Amino acid sequence: MSAVLFIEQVLNGLQLGVMLFLMAAGLTLIFGVMGLINLAHGSLYMVGAFAAAAVAGATGSFLLALMASLAAAAAAGAVVEVLVIRRLYARDHLDQVLATFALILIFSEGTRWIFGSFPLFLDIPAVLSGPVTLPGGIAYPKYRLAIILAGLAVAGGLYLLITRTRIGIQIRAGEADREMIAALGVDISKLYTLVFALGAALAGFAGALVGAIQSVQVGMGEPVLILAFVVIVIGGIGSIKGAFVGALLVGMTDTLGRFLLPGLFGLMMDPSAATTVGSALASMLIYVLMALVLLVRPTGLYGTA
Amino acid sequence: MKFKFLMGAVCAAALATGAAAEGVKVGMITTLSGGGAGLGIDVRDGFMLAVKQSGRDDIEVVIEDDQRKPEVAVQLADKMIQSEKVDVMTGIIWSNLAMAVVPAAVAQGKFYLSPNAGPSALAGKGCNPNYFNVAWQNDNLHEAAGAYANDAGFKNSFILAPNYPAGQDALTGYKRLYGGDLAGEIYTQLGQTDYAAEIAQIRASGADSVFFFLPGGMGISFLKQYADSGVDLPVVGPAFSFDQGILQAVGAAALGVKNTSQWSKDLDNAANVAFVESFQAEYGRLPSLYASQGFDTALLLISAMEKADVSDADAFRAALKAADFASTRGDFAFASNHHPIQNIYVREVIQEGDVFTNKVVATGLENHSNAYVDECGM
Repeated sequence: MSAVLFIEQVLNGLQLGVMLFLMAAGLTLIFGVMGLINLAHGSLYMVGAFAAAAVAGATGSFLLALMASLAAAAAAGAVVEVLVIRRLYARDHLDQVLATFALILIFSEGTRWIFGSFPLFLDIPAVLSGPVTLPGGIAYPKYRLAIILAGLAVAGGLYLLITRTRIGIQIRAGEADREMIAALGVDISKLYTLVFALGAALAGFAGALVGAIQSVQVGMGEPVLILAFVVIVIGGIGSIKGAFVGALLVGMTDTLGRFLLPGLFGLMMDPSAATTVGSALASMLIYVLMALVLLVRPTGLYGTA
Repeated sequence: MKFKFLMGAVCAAALATGAAAEGVKVGMITTLSGGGAGLGIDVRDGFMLAVKQSGRDDIEVVIEDDQRKPEVAVQLADKMIQSEKVDVMTGIIWSNLAMAVVPAAVAQGKFYLSPNAGPSALAGKGCNPNYFNVAWQNDNLHEAAGAYANDAGFKNSFILAPNYPAGQDALTGYKRLYGGDLAGEIYTQLGQTDYAAEIAQIRASGADSVFFFLPGGMGISFLKQYADSGVDLPVVGPAFSFDQGILQAVGAAALGVKNTSQWSKDLDNAANVAFVESFQAEYGRLPSLYASQGFDTALLLISAMEKADVSDADAFRAALKAADFASTRGDFAFASNHHPIQNIYVREVIQEGDVFTNKVVATGLENHSNAYVDECGM
């Protein structure tokens, strides 16, 4: 195994990590501030991807497509919050899971109804297509590099938003004690709608970014949703910092596991058996990681009890 | 969700005269929602088109959605057998679902006509007189890809497929006829959408070609990422990733790729020309491989109904075995284990105006059967 291949795989892990962070940030924010488990978060990811594909198809501009994904997912999030989610804050988690699961079905069938069952086309913008040669002779796709940078920029922006702005103060206060900030005159329902729309916009953005290198199709959000839940459980539910660290951990573990494990087993058994055993174990690895983290820190890395 | 297509009335008039046969009730379990829905919808539409064209009013089709979940498929099969009392079952797309449903259904005396999945287990030791596969044995298209790799002079292929029965059959099939070395062999997760780690390994492996089997959305993701990675080794694969339904989503990334298929829309036989034209007229889109398989499945059923009554199982089975219908793929016959003997073509992805599609460039394997005939006792 060469160093170049290893560094390329680390970059791949980083890229998967920041993409997962965009999903997990919204999920953990919504749980932290409102105490809501939102299974329909993956549907907002899908909404972003479909909006981007539709706008890119109509205008040919990737930038417009990205903006459309943010707008569409935020709007879908706000509408869903006002119509459905608002009624669930006082209910227990089981009711929330049931209602948001119903939302998944509604979003999926609604999308199928509008766009049909066949995957849509969303391409990488011409400026970002093809590979770029990094120092050390590593050829890496420009677009993936752009995803890493965009994800890190969003993480930085989110950090500033939460630590340095008035809205950030309200969000943190809302996490700590929601009755108190309502008593202090903050319009809590408006804040909730805003946070939900923000989380939705992040998911939609992730969907559009990833849609360009994967397939834009109904049901694309659910596999990512499961990973995002693993991320926030590892990071500590409600913690943005935890989501960031957890996302990078999961991204690295998954990518490097898929790449290294079959080779590792290859040292002890014949190649085709090693491939089978290695791939099977690699697909479990992030769950093993989650179990280990929970064993040591039952509330996750940055969770508060 | 349930769609019921009653093709005309199974009318009292017919009963009164006592002249018409009883007719056949078909249970179709296929994937109509979720990620793999495009495949099931094409099979259903192809099947229903043939039923409609036959003009017969004695075929009743009950269609249910398996959501690509084995447990749902098993429940639906139980319901169809026990309460709907169907005579013939069909429709399943995915091999893992077929393995969950088919053995039990044929053991209860139902006929099963597979419009897609052809796992090796059902072709070899697990073959059954009531099970007919109208599409292919899973290995077939991959065997043709291996044969094509030899013709193209590939000496060091990197091969990958998802870790499930059809994926294992795929790599086995490719290796059966391929004579070169392997630069690497990877099983990916079923439903995986990011292939960066695999593509990095391909880049580093020193391979001279890539063979992959990744049906549906997995193939779209892989091809787009592969085209963008700057690795420009020739790619060969079975038709599933270059199918009409997904080529538009892959776009120019797939142009020039060679893929193997038992069917192509430009196959020049009367049945196929008429099928492509009528499918487009009926549904407003080009038919896919899956649509042709659904269409042929219905043609086979109708051809058997013309010769025998379904209540006479032995006669009906013999009528199915004769495969006396004009297949969209040209010559078609069943091997002794009830899987097709047919030509497998090499196609190339081309652009026709705005539409990406395939054209046949060579015949990969002629009158190809399958490797499991001897393992099956029939």
